[in-house]
Amino acid sequence: MSQQPLLEVDNLKKYFPIQGGIFSRTVGHVRAVDGVSFSLNKGEALGLVGESGCGKSTTGRTILRLLDKTDGKVLFKGTEIHDLSRKDLRKMRPKMQLVFQDPYSSLNPRIKIGDAIGEALVDHGIASKNDIRDRVKEILTICGLAPYHIDRYPHEFSGGQRQRIGIARALIMNPEFIVADEPVSALDVSIQAQIINLLSDLQEQKNLTYLFISHDLSVVEHLCNRIGVMYLGSLVEMAPRDELFKQPLHPYTQALLSAIPVPDPTKKPERIVLQGDIPSPANPPSGCKFHTRCPFATDICKQAVPEYRDVGSNHYVACHLV
Amino acid sequence: MSQTVAESTAQDSKVQTIKPASPWRLAFKQLLKNKFAVGGLVVLVLMFLICFIGPFFSPYSLETMNIRNGNKPPNAAHWLGTDNLGRDILLRVMLAGRVSLLVGLVAMMISVAIGSTLGALAGYYRGWVDSIIMRLADIMMSIPSLPLLIILGAVLSDMKVPPDKRIYVVMFLLGFMSWPSLARLVRGQILMLREQEFMQAAEVLGLRDRRKIFRHLLPNTIPIIIVVATLMVAGAILQESVLSYLGLGVVPPTPSWGNMITAANNLIDFQKRPWLWVPPGVCIFFTVIAINVIGDGLRDVLDPKMKR
Ligand SMILES: Nc1ncnc2c1ncn2[C@@H]1O[C@H](COP(=O)(O)OP(=O)(O)O)[C@@H](O)[C@H]1O
Ligand code: SF4
Ligand SMILES: [Mg+2]
Repeated sequence: MSQQPLLEVDNLKKYFPIQGGIFSRTVGHVRAVDGVSFSLNKGEALGLVGESGCGKSTTGRTILRLLDKTDGKVLFKGTEIHDLSRKDLRKMRPKMQLVFQDPYSSLNPRIKIGDAIGEALVDHGIASKNDIRDRVKEILTICGLAPYHIDRYPHEFSGGQRQRIGIARALIMNPEFIVADEPVSALDVSIQAQIINLLSDLQEQKNLTYLFISHDLSVVEHLCNRIGVMYLGSLVEMAPRDELFKQPLHPYTQALLSAIPVPDPTKKPERIVLQGDIPSPANPPSGCKFHTRCPFATDICKQAVPEYRDVGSNHYVACHLV
Repeated sequence: MSQTVAESTAQDSKVQTIKPASPWRLAFKQLLKNKFAVGGLVVLVLMFLICFIGPFFSPYSLETMNIRNGNKPPNAAHWLGTDNLGRDILLRVMLAGRVSLLVGLVAMMISVAIGSTLGALAGYYRGWVDSIIMRLADIMMSIPSLPLLIILGAVLSDMKVPPDKRIYVVMFLLGFMSWPSLARLVRGQILMLREQEFMQAAEVLGLRDRRKIFRHLLPNTIPIIIVVATLMVAGAILQESVLSYLGLGVVPPTPSWGNMITAANNLIDFQKRPWLWVPPGVCIFFTVIAINVIGDGLRDVLDPKMKR
C-alpha cells in the first residue's frame, strides 16, 4: 500500500543569518531548523515537542512557507510548496492553515471577528458576500462560540474564546492540514483541555491532519498518534505515541518523560535532570548535538553525528547508544 | 464538548455586562478633559457655523456694489464696515472663510490620500518601491515649501488659469506639497505592523496584498493619520493665506482670508482702514491656533508616544 503521504518533509533546513560589524555583513547563521525529515499521512496528528528555542515554530512556519527554506524539501500532496509561484501559492493557502500560539496578537484589533473569519472566503471568491454570514455563524457554533458574536471586536473576548476564533478562521477555509503552534500554551490550564478537545473533535469530524507543536509532552499526549522530539533544530526521536511513552530510546526523550508528573508516584522512574544550558543554535556542539548535556555521552558522541534511523516499527532515533 | 459550552456561556454573560467602551469614545472623553483642546474645538465649531451659516442671515450680497458707500468704518448697518466697492466686510469675511476652510480641508484630504497610500506601499513592499517613494519624499521635504509654492503659483498665473478655477488648483497644489511627512510616519508604523502575528495570519489565509494593506494595515494607523491630518488643515490654511496674500493663490473676485489681507499692502488702507484687513487676519490667527491646539490634544490622547 503505497499511499502518497499528505506532507513530506525531507532534510528541511532554515538558517537565519546573523548580521554584525559596521557593514551588517553576515557573520554566521542561527541553525533554527537543521535537517528535519518526516512524513505525515492524511488524518494523522503528529506532535512536535522540545524545549523552547529548539526550532519547532520555525519548522512549522517554513513548512507553510511563511519563511523561506534554506534547504531541503516540503512536499504537500507531492507539490513542492517552496517552488510555487505567488499566484499558485495563494491558491494553495486555504489547504494548509495555522493556529497561533498567541490569541491576542494573531487577531487584528480593528477587525470584527465575523469579518476576520469570513474575509478569506470573499478574497478567494469561495463564497458570495450574502452566504458568508451564514457560513461564519455556522463555523462559530462548531467552534463553541455563539452566532451573535459575529459583530464583536476581538477585545471583547477572553483568551480561550479568541483561540476558538483563530481555529474558526483556519477551519472555514476547509483545510486538509493544520499546523497548531502551541495553541494552548498561552491559556489557563482549565481552558487548555477544552481547546484540545475541540481540536480533537474537529479532527474526527473533518479528517484533518495536524502538526501539533508544544513544549509540553503531556499536552500532545491526548491528541497525537505520533510524536517527534526536537533538540537544537533536529529531530532526535520519533515514534508512535504509545511506543514513545513506553519505550523512549533517546536520552533526551527519557529526560523529558521523566519530568512529566504521573498520578502514581511509586511507578515514577527516577527523574533525569539535565545539566547545563541549551547550547546556542548559532554554534551547535559537534557530533551529537546533545552530548554537552547527555548523561551517557562517550567520546564518539563528540566526534560523529549519530544517524537518524528507523529502529523498527516506525520508530526513528538518532543516538549512538541505540 | 459540554465543558466547552459551559465556558463560552459563562464568558458570554461577562462580555455582555462589562462590554468595554469603544476606544474612540474613550479617546473623545479624554480629549474633553483637555481645556485647551475644548477651547480650540469651540472656536473651530463657531468659525464653521459663522462661515457656513452666517451668510444666510446677511442682508447684503457681494454683487450689490455701491461705491458711494465705500470704505465706511464699522457702523450699525455694516458691523465690520465696507470695502472700497461698498461691499459688506462681515459678509466677505464669512464667504472668504468658506473658501479658506474648504481649501484647508480638501488639501488635507488629498494629502492624506497620497501620503497614507504611498507610506503604506513603501512600508509593505519595502525594497525598491520603498526606495523610490522615500527618495521622492526626501526630495520634497528638503525643498523649502514656501519658495516652491510661490514659483508654482507664479507659473499658474502665467498659465492663465481662470480665477474661479484657481481655487481647485490651489487645493491640489497644497495637498500635493504636504504628503511626505505623513508618508514617513505611516511607513514607519506599517513597518512595525507588518511584523505582527495577525499579518502572518493574513498571509496564511492567502489574502491579496490590497486587502492586507487597506483592510489590515492602514486602519491600524488611523490614530496617527488623524493627528497629522488635523495639523495639516492648519498648515494648508496658513499656506493658502500666504499664497493668496501674494496674489498667487485664490484670486479675486473669489474672496479668501489671504487675499482680503492684501488690502494692507496699501499704506492708506493699512494705516487708516484697519477694518479691511484686521478681521480676516484675526480669523486666520484663531482658526490656525484652534486647530493646532486640537491637534496637540488629539496627539496626547491617540498617540502618547509621539512627542514633538
Ligand atoms: N526571525 C528570526 N531571526 C533570527 N533568529 C530566529 C528567528 N526566528 C527564530 N529564530 C531563532 O531560531 C531558533 C528557533 O526558534 P523557534 O523556532 O521560535 O523555537 P521554538 O518554537 O521551538 O521555541 C531560536 O534560537 C530563535 O532565536
Ligand atoms: S549519541 Fe551520545 S550524546 Fe547523543 S544522545 Fe546518544 S549517548 Fe547521548
Ligand atoms: Mg515557538
